[in-house]
Amino acid sequence: MTPERQFDVLVVGAGPAGLAAACCAAESGRRVGVVDDNPDLGGQIWRGERVHPHHKEAGAWLQRVRTASLDFLPGMQVIGQNGPGRLLAETADGACELRFERLILAPGARERFLPFPGWTLPGVLGAGGLQAMVKGGLPIEGRRVVVAGSGPLLLAVAAYLRTRGAKASLIAEQAAWSALLPFGLALLRTQPDKTRQALALRWALRGVPYRTDCWPMRADGDGKLASVTLTNGRRTWSVPCDYLACGFGLVPNLELPLLMGCDVRAGFVAVDEMQQTSVNGVYGAGEVTGIGGLDKSLTEGQIAGYAATGQPAKARRLVAARKRSQRFAATLNTAFALRDELRHVAAPDTLVCRCEDVSYDRVRRHESWRAAKLQTRCGMGPCQGRVCGAATEFLFGWPTTSVRPPIYPTALANFLESPANPASLA
Amino acid sequence: MPETIRIKVNGVAVDVPEHTNVAAAVTRAGHVHFRRSVTGQPRGPLCGMGICFECRVTIDGQPHRRSCQVLCRPGMEIQTDDA
Repeated sequence: MTPERQFDVLVVGAGPAGLAAACCAAESGRRVGVVDDNPDLGGQIWRGERVHPHHKEAGAWLQRVRTASLDFLPGMQVIGQNGPGRLLAETADGACELRFERLILAPGARERFLPFPGWTLPGVLGAGGLQAMVKGGLPIEGRRVVVAGSGPLLLAVAAYLRTRGAKASLIAEQAAWSALLPFGLALLRTQPDKTRQALALRWALRGVPYRTDCWPMRADGDGKLASVTLTNGRRTWSVPCDYLACGFGLVPNLELPLLMGCDVRAGFVAVDEMQQTSVNGVYGAGEVTGIGGLDKSLTEGQIAGYAATGQPAKARRLVAARKRSQRFAATLNTAFALRDELRHVAAPDTLVCRCEDVSYDRVRRHESWRAAKLQTRCGMGPCQGRVCGAATEFLFGWPTTSVRPPIYPTALANFLESPANPASLA
Repeated sequence: MPETIRIKVNGVAVDVPEHTNVAAAVTRAGHVHFRRSVTGQPRGPLCGMGICFECRVTIDGQPHRRSCQVLCRPGMEIQTDDA
């Protein structure tokens, strides 16, 4: 028999949005559970904060989490749905059924990776990816790091790595200076706090060049990374390095919302004023409703937590703050839009799908994500297209919004007996 | 001083600080290659957050564990594809 856990409110994701939702929901006295596949809470941005606190706001929220009556289920991954009000999850020890009255989805976002020659070499990681590894105990002191890709995350990652002793030699931002300038001015005018944060980051990174209109062309090395070649569209040059930390913005983790039947509009989970999705009793909060960063996640999480537990008045008090953070998100996403040149960096033999080793040349012959999957096995490996799906969406404009259970690879034993397995319904 | 944990990577004992995840421990043990891809290419961690499945190793006999999502525990035995 699969063990079961019963909650009034179940929150999926223990990042800022999920934790804020859980704390607010718990104020109602209802039984609240928080499930996350990571071994500890905090999500990506607050990874490691419980053990090594740095971030003041994280500290305050984690204190609130400690005093709230919450059941935290770490190291547990949701892999499917066992019918209405039931999710199938697993840990290293086996399957588990999670039952709920209300569900708050805060699965966060992942980095978008784009293929370029050499990007599969060990030593080439995501920007957030390298930061997560260092927080997990990877030694970085004295290592030469190039940070590349796009978005404000690049600055935060470079500053963090530097505090841990890395030699950050360059930050290469693909966005044009002309696109970033209006963003900087808007920041200055409307977001004094964020301007201060940006200036503090720049100060922490004094001496590290921040090049805009600059992106990686290739990575080289014999069995592991030795150098990266960058371009600004006019000239190319190589920089020797031990690590390349490279991510091209964030994409939402839509697999679970899609599996639950939540409407997705323009690439994000559609929610109403109270963060409720198109599915009654299922709420969405954080990056999954639109990439917007910490403030948006915390505000949406609180609204969802209050709304899911019959506290609409408290939820409504946060609507103005949500509007502000959404406006900021919109400016951000315009400024860091990806340039067309990035669609042409991969060589014919560059792998697009790293699970099944499918080259750019083989993928581009097809007219859709589905055709490429069927003909080449692109996106059919263990990551289920989480990496190459976001890449092909940008490279070829292929929408990838379809999922099937289980949404993560799982042991057959965990799935066979479950109603989440379509075959078991027969 | 933080507590250390003794684990084995490809049969060799390594001491790592507590709260270290397996991916970081494998790197600390001097390994760059975590797994071989379906066509035999060497691979290491990419996303650091359980999404990409590039950092898979065998942990205590269980294959295909994402090393970035597992914390080291005393006595853990880890094997990479090149072991």
